[in-house]
Parts: sequence; C-alpha cells; structure tokens
Amino acid sequence: MCLAIPARVIELLPDEMARVSLDGVVKAVSVALVEDVVVGDYVVLHVGYALAKIDEEEARQTLALLHEVAELGAGA
Amino acid sequence: MNKYEPLGRKLDLRRGCVDLSHGAGGRAMARLIADVFHAAFDNDFLRAGNDQSAFDVSGGRMVMTTDGYVVSPLFFPGGDIGDLAVNGTINDIAMAGAKPLYMSASFILEEGFPLADLQRIAQSMGEASRAAQVPIITGDTKVVERGKADGVFISTACVGVAPVDLDLSGDKARPGDVVLLSGPIGDHGVAVMSRRENLAFETEVLSDTAALHELVAAMIDAAGASIRLMRDPTRGGLAATLNEIAHQSRVGVRISESAIPVRAQVAAACELLGLDPLFVANEGKLVAFVAPEAAETVLAAMRAHPLGEKSARIGEVIEDDHCFVQMTTGFGGGRIVDWLSGEQLPRIC
Amino acid sequence: MKHVDEYRDGEIARGLARRIAAEAREDHSYRFMEFCGGHTHAISRYGIEDLLPASIRMIHGPGCPVCVLPMGRIDDAISLAKRPEVTLCTYGDLMRVPGSNGASLLKTKAAGADIRMVYSTLDAIAIASNEPERQVVFFAIGFETTTPPTAMAIRLAQKKRLTNFTIFCNHVLTPSAIQTILEASDPDAVKIDGFVGPAHVSTIIGTAPYRRFASEFRKPVVVAGFEPLDVVQAILMLVRQVNQGRAEIENQYIRAVTEDGNRKALDEIADIFELRETFEWRGLGEIPRSALRLREPYAQFDAERRFPVVTKPARDNPACECGAILRGVKRPQDCKLFGSACTPETPMGACMVSSEGSCAAYWAYGRFRQFEQPSMQRVSR
Repeated sequence: MCLAIPARVIELLPDEMARVSLDGVVKAVSVALVEDVVVGDYVVLHVGYALAKIDEEEARQTLALLHEVAELGAGA
Repeated sequence: MNKYEPLGRKLDLRRGCVDLSHGAGGRAMARLIADVFHAAFDNDFLRAGNDQSAFDVSGGRMVMTTDGYVVSPLFFPGGDIGDLAVNGTINDIAMAGAKPLYMSASFILEEGFPLADLQRIAQSMGEASRAAQVPIITGDTKVVERGKADGVFISTACVGVAPVDLDLSGDKARPGDVVLLSGPIGDHGVAVMSRRENLAFETEVLSDTAALHELVAAMIDAAGASIRLMRDPTRGGLAATLNEIAHQSRVGVRISESAIPVRAQVAAACELLGLDPLFVANEGKLVAFVAPEAAETVLAAMRAHPLGEKSARIGEVIEDDHCFVQMTTGFGGGRIVDWLSGEQLPRIC
Repeated sequence: MKHVDEYRDGEIARGLARRIAAEAREDHSYRFMEFCGGHTHAISRYGIEDLLPASIRMIHGPGCPVCVLPMGRIDDAISLAKRPEVTLCTYGDLMRVPGSNGASLLKTKAAGADIRMVYSTLDAIAIASNEPERQVVFFAIGFETTTPPTAMAIRLAQKKRLTNFTIFCNHVLTPSAIQTILEASDPDAVKIDGFVGPAHVSTIIGTAPYRRFASEFRKPVVVAGFEPLDVVQAILMLVRQVNQGRAEIENQYIRAVTEDGNRKALDEIADIFELRETFEWRGLGEIPRSALRLREPYAQFDAERRFPVVTKPARDNPACECGAILRGVKRPQDCKLFGSACTPETPMGACMVSSEGSCAAYWAYGRFRQFEQPSMQRVSR
C-alpha cells in the first residue's frame, strides 16, 4: 500500500544513496533496499527509499495488454 | 550648524541585525527607515518624511484592501516575502476590476533579524512596486523580542479606483457562465515547499508571484460588462476559490481536469509529496466567471497578455442547491473538488 | 511522468470499461474489496466507480495505517512529544489525527512541543545526528511498505552510533488484517467475492503470502498497481476469475511485484522486528500477531523501553460505524454521524481521520452521489 511513485535514477551517490528525477524534480533518496541499481533505472519510491525496480519489459507487456483488452484501434 | 550626522552612524547593512532600538522611535529607527525602506522604495511621498501621505483621486469608486504576509521561508525560488506582499495586495484591488493607486507597508521585525535580509526584502518590494507603478507611500516599523515574530511579518494596505459601472462580486455567478483560468496552477506552493526543511527537493519551479492589474485591465477593456467576478486562488488553491464562489453565488460549478493547465514539474512534485495541485497556492493567477457570450473574447484578451498566455476555459456554472464543485477527471470518472480543511499536508499513504 | 501517465489514459479506461460491462454477468453481483487505502483513494479520486456497471460494488477495506491506529497510541505520541527533551518526528498524515479530548500533534505543536514533520526516516536520522542534545523519537506507522524504511533507519542509527534516536513502533501486517475480515462472522456480512491486493505492500512481501486466502477461503486475489488503469484491469481479472469459478492469486502489477518480494527488505525486517502477541486495531479490535515491535538486540532504539509509555484504551463514539465500515458491512452514508458530527475537520472515528479512509474519501470525492446528479452517468452496456 501507500503512496509510491516511479522515478528515474540519474546519479549514484555514496552510502547507498542516489539522486532520482521525477519529470525534472530531483531528490536524493536511499537505494539501500534495491540491488544493482544503475543510472537510467526506474525505481518505485516511497518515503525517501527505493523499494523495487520497475521492470521495463513487464511494463511494456502490461501496456500492450491494456491496449489489446481495450480494443483500441478496432473501431473504438 | 550641527556638524554631527543627524541620524547617527550609518547602519551596517552587511553584518548588522535588527535590535529593539530600531523600533523605539528614536534615531536608530529613523536610520533604519532611511537606509532600508526609503532607499528601496524611493518616492516623493516618502521623502517628505511624514507619518501619512496625501493624494488626489479622480472619478470612480474607491476600493481598499489590506493583507498580511507571514510566509516561511522568507526567500524561495522566484520571489520572497517582499514582492509577494506587493503583488498580492495589488491583486486584491485588481480582482475588483479596480486600478491600484497607492500602497502602505508596515513591518513587524524580530530582534536579531539580519539587516542584509531586510534590505533584500525591501529592495524586492521596491522593484515590484516600480514595475507595477504602485508606489509605497507610507509605512510603519515595530520591533518585537526574539522569538515573537518569524523574522519579519509584513502588513499592507492598498487603495485603488474602479469604474463606477463595474460591480464584480462573488455572488454574481449564474448558471451558464463560463469559468476561465489565467494559467498553470500550483507553482507558488511547490516553490515554497521545495525550500521547507525536511521536505526539500530540487526543482526549477519558481513562484508565480505577479501583479495582475494590467491583465485585468485588458480583460475589462475587452468585455468588462460581461465579467461577473474575478478572484485569485491563493491559499487553499483553485479548489478553495471555486468552492467559495459556488457558495457565495449559490450555484454549482463543473470543471474538466484535462482543461486545467499544470506544469509537468509541479505535477511531479505534487506526486512526490502526495499533494493535489488543486489545493496548492498560486500568487500570479486569476479565475474569472464570464457571461457565456463573451467568454471567447475575454479568453483571447487574456491570452494576448504575457501573464495570461496559457489561459484556459476550465468549466461552467450549473444549477446546484448543494453548491458542489464537480470535476470530470482526465480518466473519465467524476468526483467533487472539496473545500480543504486547513493546509494540505504531504502524505505517505 | 513515465510509468505513471500511461496508466491514467482515459481512452484505454473507456475501452476497459466496455470490456468489463460485456463480461460482468447481469444475474450476478460482484463485491470486491480493495484492501489498500491508497487504492481506496485512487478509486475515489479518479471516479473509477463511474466506469463500472451497477453489478460491481467496491468495498473499502482497512488498509489505511493511520485509520486503524488506536487513539490511545496517538495519545502516547502526544505525551512523548510533550517531554521537553523529545523531538518527535512524524509523517504528515499523522499531524491532524485527533487523540482523546480532541488533542492532536498539530495542536500540541502549536502549544510549543518540538514536533517536526518529515518526508522520510532519513530526515529523522539527520535531525538526531545534527542535534545530539535532543532525544529524537520517530513515530513509525505503516504496513509492510513503510516498515523497511524504519528498519533502514535503525541500521543507520546503529552505524552512526546514535544514542539519541528511538522509534515508537506501530507497524502492522496486511495478511493478518485480510484474515480477520475473512474470518469475521457478521450476520450482516457482505460476502466478498475477491480482493484487489495492495500494490506496494506486495513489492515487499511478494504475492506468496496471499496464497492461503485462495486455498483456505477460496477467494481470488489480484495484486494491482497504483494507477487507475491498474485498478480497473485488476477488477476485470477478478470478474473473470469469479465467472470461471477460479480462486487464484494473480499479479497485475508485474512491473514491480514478484512472487518472492524484496528479499533484502524482508531479511532486514526479520532481523530487527518481531511479532507482538496482539495489537489493537481501531475499528477491528484486538488482532493476534498482527503488529511488530523491536527485537531485544535493538531495545536501545525502542521508545517504549526508553520512555514510560502506558497505552490507555480510548473508546470511539458508540454511534461510530467504523468497525462495520472497515469490514465492508456498512457504507459511510449508513453511519448516523457521517456528515453531521463526523467530518474531516471533526473526525469521530478511524474512517474519517485519514484522507484515504472510506469516509474521508467518500466525503472528499464522492458525497455528491447521494444526490441526483444527471450530469454524472455510469457507463451502461
């Protein structure tokens, strides 16, 4: 639960911290809970901590499925 | 001839601080007023050195407003308490469709407040006042003990004159009227919050603090008789303003989320903190309720002005005994936009 | 915003709504509980129910940690904050929650207590580091999403050898609450046909813990992402499960949730915390093994051990229907106090205190529905 937002990692910092950007709004957050974070990754951010990485491939599949189920482009 | 400097030594504006003598009415206070306020506001009224200033007013109805400014932090991206005070007060006059003429500014200073900061604020006020062509012609200064004021509190008043036949009022909205908004919402609140301790984040969002009287003049020129009312959505945001008007006029308002402009960074900052831009303060925007036949004309006049470039038609007034402000979300569903109780606080849930 | 805006697309929403309307059987009523307060908020804020056919009803569950925090614990936090040496750090959500006698952290701060709103436990640690003369107490609340940040704060405090940092621990567990709802033997209980599982709790605990709800109670659970399209897609998946007589755990939020969850976070939690035998949930009563406290090796970071904290039970107004509402048996508008004595300014019970409690969400976004509003039409077949 709880308010969490996907943000892009733009810089890794010492002590398991990183700077992330949400559409140009930048904040230093902890990445201590996520393994192998690299610049360019999207992470789910909650109260100053990255909790998980967004899997781009799974995201693509989800969106494709959404488009398919909504039958967009099929005379909708 | 008295060879001594009448007001004593010049203030150390770089390293000095306000102390209780600056509010005591004596030489120190006169020095403060001269070196800081008169230097920044610089006009003939103040140079006369009286406790009051007199001026002539020609034609129309007089309009008067007063305001208090206690913003924290005092300095934020895009502005400070000083230009906020000048612009905000001018806007209260402008919302009546009146031309602002003269302002007063009264300062409550906390003992220990750095003079360098005070000078910065005064200069900011002077610049805003000159840009708007509304001189600050009288003022007052008091100093209170450390801890009794948050650095500085500014209280203002402004007088203006409105055309006799113009009567804008919050109770004049009618079903069918169109709601116009002069630009993106949420900038000021986000800019201030980005400097608040424990909430800080880096952003390029600047406060939108601006004096709107010339934008208003252009709108009135275009179709003054068809404008029911105008209001600037400050504390409580657009939501508070629309709800106030709905209740005053005893009508409902229906708006469309996708029509409301919000800058990408403002939207992002609100997401990060769990805020809704509808409830975030603006300091350089206005909402106008306009008769439907004149909506396009007024909108065009707004868009032609630099402060109204991103103006949008966001909704209309409907009949509703419950005075709800309803919104169709970008997602397609419906919700109301409620009146917020107290200031919005960032949330984790 | 990438990974956000795509899931708020109105056109896809309309397409999904048509699909749900086509597949939801007319002769069946579907009652789905969204457990998580964040989902309750999303459903209300985006007006998702307007896109669903009348046969589908969303029941709002108790997954709001602010709502279910007993008043007595707020009173405790206020007492701690009143101690002159204490700096109480808290998330914004808790500032306005009323304790007994209408007190709140916001009012206590106005009266002079050193209470500071923080965005993150990292800020609380920074305060403790920078102000060694202050006793910093962090008011820790939340489900499994918010527990790892508290755990990491303890680790940081250890690393920095802070002797002036403690937490007041009120972390609670999701599966325990779901179980309580399923086991509730209300005579008026609405039969729940399935659950929309929490998004971010699940990034931590994975989908495995929900399996027993499918196997023991035969209830489908679809873990859904946080955005409105995620919720609507999850509802479609639930409709299909019910139609096909399945009771499985499905994961809609595959881009962030795995079956095993966040191993690192779970290991930290297991090392630092242990289960309390029982914990009072506002509106739901005592639930065994549903909340956490610090383990003995971390006693030095436990505010309840450093300061005398004696939690007194505080009773809600007897007319308050929060218990029934949290279990999905009643709706906000069924409560006599709703809108009169109980409003967001004067909340009487759990469901109104937080902006994502059922009553608060209904008040803020949906209360116009009780009146005839021809301008807001539901999607029909």
